[in-house]
Amino acid sequence: MENLPSVLTPDLGLLFWMFLAFLVVFLILAKWGFPAIVNMVEERKAFIDESLKNARAANEKLAGIQAESEQILRDASQQQAQILKEAMETRDNIVGEAQHKAEIEAAKVLEDAKAKIEVEKQAALAEIRQQVATLSVQIAEKVLLQQLSSDAAQQQLIDRLLDEAEK
Amino acid sequence: MKNSFKYLLLLLLMTFGLSAQNAMASDEGEESKEINIPEIVLEHLADSYEWHIASYEGKHLSIPLPCIVRSSATGEWNFFLSSTMEEAIHEGGEGATYKGFFFDADHHGKIYERLADGSSVRPIDLSITKSVMQIWIVVFVLLAIFLSCARWYKKRDEQSDAPSGFVGVIEMLTMAIYDGVIRACVGEKHYKKFAPYLLTVFFFILTTNILGLLPIFPGGANVTGNINVTFFLAFCTMLLVNIFGNKEYWKEIFWPEVPLFLKAYPAPLIPVIEVVGIFTKPFALMVRLFANMMAGHAIILSFTCVIFLGWTLGTGMGLGLNAFSGLMLLFMNLVEVLVAFVQAYVFTLLSAVFIGLAHPEHHAE
Repeated sequence: MENLPSVLTPDLGLLFWMFLAFLVVFLILAKWGFPAIVNMVEERKAFIDESLKNARAANEKLAGIQAESEQILRDASQQQAQILKEAMETRDNIVGEAQHKAEIEAAKVLEDAKAKIEVEKQAALAEIRQQVATLSVQIAEKVLLQQLSSDAAQQQLIDRLLDEAEK
Repeated sequence: MKNSFKYLLLLLLMTFGLSAQNAMASDEGEESKEINIPEIVLEHLADSYEWHIASYEGKHLSIPLPCIVRSSATGEWNFFLSSTMEEAIHEGGEGATYKGFFFDADHHGKIYERLADGSSVRPIDLSITKSVMQIWIVVFVLLAIFLSCARWYKKRDEQSDAPSGFVGVIEMLTMAIYDGVIRACVGEKHYKKFAPYLLTVFFFILTTNILGLLPIFPGGANVTGNINVTFFLAFCTMLLVNIFGNKEYWKEIFWPEVPLFLKAYPAPLIPVIEVVGIFTKPFALMVRLFANMMAGHAIILSFTCVIFLGWTLGTGMGLGLNAFSGLMLLFMNLVEVLVAFVQAYVFTLLSAVFIGLAHPEHHAE
């Protein structure tokens, strides 16, 4: 023991102070030093984990929303096509109806015109007949006045004249 | 980064520069021109009652430290400064004492008390020696670092940015030890209970080692290279291991799963080995830290002394050895920075492993 170097010699004083100093630093750091760091790091870790989880959930939600919006778009375009189709049909219907109406109208007009023409024709015929009668009377007058030589010739002439007038 | 490296370099240059001065001073102060390297080195490694800073031409610049001794003769506690005692003895001449106390040269200059019958005894000596002072400086540094970090955290919550700069480094170190060593080695179930002790041990040893590399006042004492300090730390680990060891741990020591003739008759061979193991494990811890740190200090001091040895052999030798020692000192100081960390790490790691081994789970057969 006597020949040991100083650093190997047991020293009560150093041991005592080492004990005291270590106790002090241990108690203070164990109470206020390390927990502050360790707890904060663990809280931060929990927070980061939580944030990651939230981000993943948000991503999933976003993907869902995207799918939903695509669905909506698809629906909308479908609806649009439907509406367009209906509009086209309606237009065709309207046009067709109008044409039909127009045709009917036109036919009616034509009918009317025909009827009128018929009436006119009848009137004209009647008038012609009258005129013919008048003419024939005049012709007859003339014939009577000129040569009533033979009855047969007379009659022949009248007929021929009448025929010619009729034609 | 580059800047801090430059500062480190400057610091290291100062280290061997100033250590050199110290060595020269002690050389001049004691003997004539003879350089007794082992003596110088051992003196610098040893604890002392004053904090020596420098000497020049016989004048010493040192910080006197308080002595607290309990007289064995009267049972009274005495408080005085080491410088007061030294002056009193210096004035009194050969064999003088101060209140009956004297520095016993045969016992590394420790304070001894001369009793009335002429015999000398070691009084109870709780003096604030250089090592004790260094330990308190380490305590102060640790408290300053961690309480300031704790205050930084107090002002923030888990949603603020992670710390950067100094607090970031401390957080990184703490969490590296906490997750990488303590949690991994002690085991998921119990690690929280032991974390404060192991973290304190790690940072205490690390800070002490690094401050021990400083050449002048706030550091430079050889604390972790003193067996008392490492003994205390290893003893704490031993207590923790054995007090908190569970039933399975004790069963594995006294009734391990080996053939009967190995544990009962003719001799309980394995239990004896295991019981010895209880003490050898912390003993290895104690010696490893002590030897590494002491050796590191000794090598640095020796290389410093080589410079002066060289100059006594002539200018050429002096210049050559100066350059050689300078390079080696730079190298050794860098190695010692590494060793300072590695030893703190290893001590913590092995303590954690021993504590973990004391909590074995039931073997699944």
